[in-house]
Amino acid sequence: MAFIKIEGLTKQFGGLTAVNDVDFEIEKGKITAIIGPNGAGKSTFFNLISGFHRPTSGSIIFEGIDITKTPVHIGAKLGIARTFQTTHLFEQSSVIDNVIVGHRLRTKSNLFDAVFRTRREKQEEQEAYDRAIEALDFVGLLDLVNRQVAAISQESKKRVAIALALATDPKVMFLDEPAAGINPDETDNLAELMKKIAQSGITVCTIEHKMQMIMGLADTIMVLNHGAKIAEGTPEEIKNNPIVIEAYLGGDALAEVN
Amino acid sequence: MGKLLTGRNGILFMLGLSILFPLFFLDNRYVLYVMTTSFIFIIAIYGMNLLAGYTGQLSLAHAGFFAIGAYSVGILTTKAGMNFWLALVLAVIITCVIGFALGIIALRTREHFFAIYTLIVGYLIYLLIDKWDGLTGGVRGLIGIPIPNSIGPIEFNSAVSMYYLVLLFLVLSIFIGVRIVRSLTGRTYIAIRNSEELAQTLGINTRTNKLVSFVVSVAYAGLAGGLYASLTRFIGPEIAGIEMVFNFLVYLIVGGIGTLTGPIVGTMLFIWLTQFLQSFQEYRMLIFGPILVVIVIFYPTGLAGAFYSLKHKWLGNKEQKKEKISEIESMKKTSIQSREV
Amino acid sequence: MELFFQQLLNGLTLGSVYILVGIGLTLVFGILHVPNFAHGSLYLIGGYMTLMTMKWFGVHYFIAIIMSIITVALLAVLMERLVFNPLRDAPAIHDKIAAIGMVLFFEALVSLMWGTEYHRMQTPFGDTIKIAGMSTSAQRILVIAVAAMVVVLLYLFLKKTMIGASILAMAQNREGAFLVGINANAVAMMTFAISGVLAAIAASLASPINLVFPAMGHLVILKAFVVVIIGGMGSIPGAIIGGMILGISESLGATYISNDYKDMIAFLLLIIIMTARPKGLFAKEVY
Repeated sequence: MAFIKIEGLTKQFGGLTAVNDVDFEIEKGKITAIIGPNGAGKSTFFNLISGFHRPTSGSIIFEGIDITKTPVHIGAKLGIARTFQTTHLFEQSSVIDNVIVGHRLRTKSNLFDAVFRTRREKQEEQEAYDRAIEALDFVGLLDLVNRQVAAISQESKKRVAIALALATDPKVMFLDEPAAGINPDETDNLAELMKKIAQSGITVCTIEHKMQMIMGLADTIMVLNHGAKIAEGTPEEIKNNPIVIEAYLGGDALAEVN
Repeated sequence: MGKLLTGRNGILFMLGLSILFPLFFLDNRYVLYVMTTSFIFIIAIYGMNLLAGYTGQLSLAHAGFFAIGAYSVGILTTKAGMNFWLALVLAVIITCVIGFALGIIALRTREHFFAIYTLIVGYLIYLLIDKWDGLTGGVRGLIGIPIPNSIGPIEFNSAVSMYYLVLLFLVLSIFIGVRIVRSLTGRTYIAIRNSEELAQTLGINTRTNKLVSFVVSVAYAGLAGGLYASLTRFIGPEIAGIEMVFNFLVYLIVGGIGTLTGPIVGTMLFIWLTQFLQSFQEYRMLIFGPILVVIVIFYPTGLAGAFYSLKHKWLGNKEQKKEKISEIESMKKTSIQSREV
Repeated sequence: MELFFQQLLNGLTLGSVYILVGIGLTLVFGILHVPNFAHGSLYLIGGYMTLMTMKWFGVHYFIAIIMSIITVALLAVLMERLVFNPLRDAPAIHDKIAAIGMVLFFEALVSLMWGTEYHRMQTPFGDTIKIAGMSTSAQRILVIAVAAMVVVLLYLFLKKTMIGASILAMAQNREGAFLVGINANAVAMMTFAISGVLAAIAASLASPINLVFPAMGHLVILKAFVVVIIGGMGSIPGAIIGGMILGISESLGATYISNDYKDMIAFLLLIIIMTARPKGLFAKEVY
């Protein structure tokens, strides 16, 4: 059984087809990358898988469960995490306060527990705190725990966002351009982190513009163009695929690779 | 100074002050009455803050729910002859039920649509109270709302006793508010305010959480309204009006939206400022309006927020200095070590 | 049947005012991305400026309207520069609160300067005229005619000029407009100026019928929200349709249902629409 199986996924906005009949499988524990020129439908594809958009047609099967119409928050409970291009962190708050809420979906305390500060509430608060510290340790930010988010670097913010996703105890993580807006050195560090995540058993799926990073990182690459899948394979195969070169690498991206 | 008025000390100090307050004004009913009124407003604004400041949903129907609480007590006591306490409990329940039903619909809309929707719901509540003569007394209002029935030997026929009664409810309201904000539930609300999209990907059911915080918020408004009816003993449709919700908003914003002390600071400040500017009553908005604009532009978290960030800056500087000192010391050590090697 | 047509005509008058206010609101929405609650203040000042210019200088109604248009347009630009522009990156809630602050200020200002009483505005078009057997005041006809003219002129301006095209682009898609290199500041100021012009015209036309008083902006702005939501935020044709729907249903509702509850019609209409379509009647799914 495939880990994630996508069949005939299509999304139309009005008369515009953003994603067109895409079949795709994501393998467990691997790093999968989705690439394509601007406007190729990558973001829409992500939004479909994570449940922000309902597909016009097609299906998404996650570990044998049909999640095509599952709301975002239920998907998260099943083990689907994602990050955004803009991190959406609460800048005025500390790093740890941002990450604690990540474990919220595994806790049960409700308003009643909050008002009466029940034992469950205290216990789960501790759990959420511990899980957050663990996640921040994993991404290497233990020394920034009490810093205000506004005061840390862009790369650190990306790491906080990843820690937040990790705190949800996911099975798969979708990263939307994690390396956007950070410098080459930091990009390498981030690639290392993504490998580490995959090694810990969490499947990674990413959209990325930085070709060099992807070519050295991904196990499988899917190429989207005008909403349709035009190629799929190992980085080596993709590099030598004439259709990909024609549609995508022919432009400025080729220069970036070389 | 900073340490004196924050944390446990600050809370105990404020509590002590508010308990002792009536002793200085035993024969001044007016001062006690104004203070009691401001406590009631703080309760209402605490609810507004919970929803707007923490969950991030600006509801402009809050005065409407305040009025629903007030009119529930008013109608149940004067027309149905009900005991005040029972009426108060029922008023909160009625407000919650109406809030729940409206919340389900209103929360389908987002951001500015939610603000417009609730503004208009609030206005409809006002129109309904104003026009439904048979039930609400229309523009004439409801008169002769009784004071709370006595509990054993405790009677509520004096300004002092009403003061303490409302103070008790206020302390309870703040206590519950603080508990909620500092819990996992509170963190959930803040996550929703911060980004609904992100909250959803973290497995938070934003719709349910928003609805619960909406209902809690209107419960505060209903309670405050019920107490208000019994304190003033006369209510008119204007308590549901747009002016009222704007007043709430001014108090909240100037005090500090999304802070725990903001509603208290803002309400106290403005209620007493308004009293001192009594002759200026009609035109106070000439000053309040621009203050609101300036605060939003320069101090988005209000007076409370400005105070906290000042404190932070001050402490932060101290901490940085400490860090620097320890850094220098460790550098010294390493240089010494390397020399030894 | 005659009553019906009479009310239809009244509805058109009412609708014309809503359209002028609604178009301004919908255009500004494209700039701010939040509804401008202070739009009612522009309407309020527009009404008073016309009234007071006539009183002070004894000038003709039309000249007073032009003075009012200039003042309110400048005021709207000031609003954009001093308040909304500094807040452009702030959370949406802040724009709304700042706007409410301005509403409170202008209302108090007007009360202080000219009192809280209701003023009657004189118009040279006060005569009753007969059209196809119906008698109506010339002012009502004037409202409809001027509103139609203004809408046509605005349409030409938006479609035929460069700056007009930029405004339209921004009203529909702010991010997209930035991408194609539109000067956001200039467009924002221009849009606010236009919204001020429209509000001043609407207030000046409606005041001889509805009186001038400090709270005159409240109901109008609330109803303009209804109009804009019916028509879809950012859409001018939508605002025109919405304005007409509202004006006519209010006018007919007042006659055939209840005059007491006529203000509720608009709001009930809105509640029903937003309950069924949380993003407005003509809202489309976007990326």
